[in-house]
Amino acid sequence: MNRAAIILCPLAAVILLILLSLLTLLGNGTEYIFAVVIPYLALTSFFAGIIYRVVRWAQSPVPFNIPTVAGQEKSLPWIKNDKIESPVSNWAVAWRMLLEMLFFRSLFRNNNMQQAGQHRLVYGGSRWLWLGGLAFHWSLLIILIRHLRFFTEPVFQPSIWISTIDGILQLALPALFITDFIILTAVSYLLVRRLVSTRIRYISIPSDYLALFLILAVVISGILMRSLFKVDLVAVKELAISVITFRPSVPAGIGLPFFIHFLLVCALIAYFPFSKMMHAAGILLSPTRNMKNDSRMVRHINPWDRPVRVHTYAEYEEEFRQPMIKSGIPVETNNAPVEQ
Amino acid sequence: MADKKNRPEEMASIDYRPPHRDWMDPSVEFTKGSYCYAAPLKNQEYLHLPNPRQWNPQDPDWKLPPDFKRIILSGMKDRLEKYRSWKLYLDICVRCGACSDKCHYFIGSGDPKNMPVMRAELLRSVYRRYFTIGGKLFGKLAGARDLDEQVIKEWYYYFYQCSECRRCSVYCPYGIDTCEITMLGRELLNLVGCTTEWIVGPVSNSFRTGNHVGIPPHAMKQSLESAQDDIKTITGIEVDVPINRKGAEILFVTPSADFFASPAWYTLMGYLMLFHEIGLDYTFSTYASEGGDFGLFHSYELAKSLNTKIYAEAERLKVKWVLGGECGHMWRVINQYMDTFNGPPSFLEEPVSPVTGTKFDNARSTKMVHICEFTADLIHSGKLKLDPGRNDKWKVTFHDSCNPARAMGLFEEPRYIINNACNYFYEMPENTIRERTFCCGSGAGLGPDENMEVRLRGGYPRANAVQYVRDKHSVNVLACICAIDKASFPPLLEYWVPGVETAGVHELLGNALVMRGEKNRETDLRGEPLTVNTSVEGGQHGV
Repeated sequence: MNRAAIILCPLAAVILLILLSLLTLLGNGTEYIFAVVIPYLALTSFFAGIIYRVVRWAQSPVPFNIPTVAGQEKSLPWIKNDKIESPVSNWAVAWRMLLEMLFFRSLFRNNNMQQAGQHRLVYGGSRWLWLGGLAFHWSLLIILIRHLRFFTEPVFQPSIWISTIDGILQLALPALFITDFIILTAVSYLLVRRLVSTRIRYISIPSDYLALFLILAVVISGILMRSLFKVDLVAVKELAISVITFRPSVPAGIGLPFFIHFLLVCALIAYFPFSKMMHAAGILLSPTRNMKNDSRMVRHINPWDRPVRVHTYAEYEEEFRQPMIKSGIPVETNNAPVEQ
Repeated sequence: MADKKNRPEEMASIDYRPPHRDWMDPSVEFTKGSYCYAAPLKNQEYLHLPNPRQWNPQDPDWKLPPDFKRIILSGMKDRLEKYRSWKLYLDICVRCGACSDKCHYFIGSGDPKNMPVMRAELLRSVYRRYFTIGGKLFGKLAGARDLDEQVIKEWYYYFYQCSECRRCSVYCPYGIDTCEITMLGRELLNLVGCTTEWIVGPVSNSFRTGNHVGIPPHAMKQSLESAQDDIKTITGIEVDVPINRKGAEILFVTPSADFFASPAWYTLMGYLMLFHEIGLDYTFSTYASEGGDFGLFHSYELAKSLNTKIYAEAERLKVKWVLGGECGHMWRVINQYMDTFNGPPSFLEEPVSPVTGTKFDNARSTKMVHICEFTADLIHSGKLKLDPGRNDKWKVTFHDSCNPARAMGLFEEPRYIINNACNYFYEMPENTIRERTFCCGSGAGLGPDENMEVRLRGGYPRANAVQYVRDKHSVNVLACICAIDKASFPPLLEYWVPGVETAGVHELLGNALVMRGEKNRETDLRGEPLTVNTSVEGGQHGV
């Protein structure tokens, strides 16, 4: 596949989405489709898709206990067990998972192999990916919580608090949330890294760019909506509440900027369950991270275990009985006296 | 790629820039030194493997079955339903690239398809094409590609350039384990009759004779007796070597390389001396004379089949529990698979050290204890008299073998033994040890000599870290607890880091162990003088 096509096709898809939202300019009928029909389809895809994917994963059993152990096992009482990286209790596993999900602990370990001079490899700390990933995911979470104010009446209080803190810079820079700035920087970094690093570019496939372009478009359209192209927030909220209470109605005067942002979001959430973004749910089920290193303490059951062809001791002795007897190795069935 | 006779300087000039072209079109060339020979017909037939035939990876026609595509795809479907790990890991990779420079084969070769993410993508692309909506609809645009004979060849090449060491899974933010990808990828290849000589040969031997080298029981006895002789020569003490003895308290299982190959042989001597000194009531078994399970490199069926022997023999010999020797993937199987495969061993008792009374609570279900756990407990309880001065000619560093590290977490026990048995111990850099340890480059069935270039390249990162401590601390021995290590490090270190030897931890222990009634020792277990002038030995091979 053409290298350029890998990047340009997903870019074209996102541009096409933006152009599609121009259809809302045609009037009420199309507005209804974009404001009501598409979001319902997207939400259905999102929830049904996630449930489907998670159920499908869960349907496949975990035949063996295969944690990736990254710390001292629990063995002798005087040797300190690394409770998190070699967990033996459910609490420790929960802790390990929590650190993984909230702080990307494994990624924090990341290092960068480099050739230092002739024939010397060094592994320097390389935390940019960790930082970029963490900044992106945390900003996204805060932004989602901020957005809850559009869907709740009376407004979900933490959403207001978070918006206030997040907007503290607005004193100096109107219309900019800290997280807007962070997420824009972080996603740009993730994209630039993919484009610039030859190794990462080599492993990237179109869907990697699609996710990034979509998120970037959502972020940029969101920011522009606050700063440049003001939208009627009262109308937006009216729409949001009407949709989530299943009494959809489209208030007048919502405007194109919102529809662009909204369609991109719908596309993102509709695509989510069928994309690599499902890592968000997948990590919870990852056997190398969510299992205890207790496989010699507690027997793990393989539900599909089945008997296999074996070579029994009797068959073995049958073949080697004579030399065994001759060299004085005890046997089960002997016709000659056995030397001890 | 370079020939194996190339100088290290050339081999280490590695270009890490991937080619400009896309990876999707499979292309692979089986050059000398970069692949393992195909399984011989006799082994395929002996083990009842599918599509038995004489073939060679260099042949243009691999004589795959006519419906190979259907076989592979139904094999994939079957495994997707059986292994959550596999299904999940085919789905959730985001290609962040954190793993990309973590694989020793990538570091040693610069081949971009040796990046763990790419190794998995070789399989994922086919998975997407036939098992996901996006792949069915959008094909290459969704990162999906058709399955054809070229893809099979590429799989063979790259799934036999992965030593299933699981280093990448330490760094993956989702814990994606390339070992799962490779293990099941190899199972798919087996379905159409593509497997290697160096795996099914040892598997056949293990199946028939109980050990991978194919030593019959009487030869094993002779071998143990010559270890007995060697020990007598060195220490003046005649140790016992019980074989297939019913009613012993403990069954001892160790990789069979210990019975004949150097330097594993000296580790065996260390065991025998230790067991004699503490008066252990134990036995070897000829039927279960192999700790290593070569079946693990092939398939679930063969891994389970070979592993059966340990419990079967423990039951037949009526022992109380099982003690296991120094080995890598053997301990992956014992720690993570054995009880599931062939347990529960209700006929055994929870392991208790007969010398110290320590209960090995961590092995209460599987009832098998690692020799390093056992020995560390002996030392900690003050039951052994050690003279570390006898190891003074050794400046020691320790290589964490992949599986005892990342499948077990056995980090402190071997270090504790070394620190008590030796005066000079130096760690390699922190990003190359413990859970971050590098493979020797020859694990998981990649050890045959025809595969030497892959082995040398894969072992390069480890050797490079050894070189660091050799140059800095005059380290002259690499201690390890894996039979494949003991077989593969001598040529690897000779190539990359001349002047560094390889030794098992229990060889070092055997040197230091002061035995009751022993004569004044003049040599170490290798029959070499106890002390040499080490000041020149270590540092003379500068780069």
